[in-house]
Amino acid sequence: MDNNKIRPKHLNLFKIHMPVTAMVSIAHRAAGILLVILIPVVIYLLQRSLQSAQAYDAVMQLLTQPLAKILLVIAVWGGSHHFFAGMRFLLIDIDIGILKSSARRSAWLVHLLALVSALWLAAVLL
Amino acid sequence: MSKRLSSGLRAWVVQRFSAIYMAVFLLYIVISYMMRESTGFESWTAWVSNPINNVAVGLFFFALLLHAWVGCRDIVMDYVKPFSLRMLKLVALATILLAMGLWVLLVLLKAVNY
Repeated sequence: MDNNKIRPKHLNLFKIHMPVTAMVSIAHRAAGILLVILIPVVIYLLQRSLQSAQAYDAVMQLLTQPLAKILLVIAVWGGSHHFFAGMRFLLIDIDIGILKSSARRSAWLVHLLALVSALWLAAVLL
Repeated sequence: MSKRLSSGLRAWVVQRFSAIYMAVFLLYIVISYMMRESTGFESWTAWVSNPINNVAVGLFFFALLLHAWVGCRDIVMDYVKPFSLRMLKLVALATILLAMGLWVLLVLLKAVNY
């Protein structure tokens, strides 16, 4: 009975190897948190851009700053990952890609498409 | 169906329908952006003050905040176990999301008058 108390819980992230499908799920959640934090930033920029021609120009100017460009690339990485992972979950809901092999393939595809989106934006902006 | 089960199902449905609306909206934004005839402050305010666009943007933020509510609620319920602390975080979250909703509503209503 006492042995039961020292059974290892295999939830130590440094000891278990997570499958790519789990990584997509966790990244989907992490990206979601990032996007929620960005909501007030987006509303603020929307408000400023509509206030006056000067404020509009100031917002456009702000978006050309190197730091803003880096943040934009990170935001698009998170946003596109959340988008593609969400699309994958919607397809899985209607029984598309539910086999282990195809679920793993689509999980890799989500990571790839998100990375490509971010790199594409980086190439356009920088 | 128990209340608990139906509320979980409702959250599931809200999450999917808001996601689909936002995906369609994003497609519309990309098409609008590619088909724009001019750039700058005037054409931007003209686009936002167009009633269809104005309502579409408003619905987007409504879907976004609902989607954020379901997602954040799931995270709070996964990691915050003590009841009072969980309620406190959920109330704070709902307040913040509602405030952002009112804020963007005011911004969009003001933009209609351009």
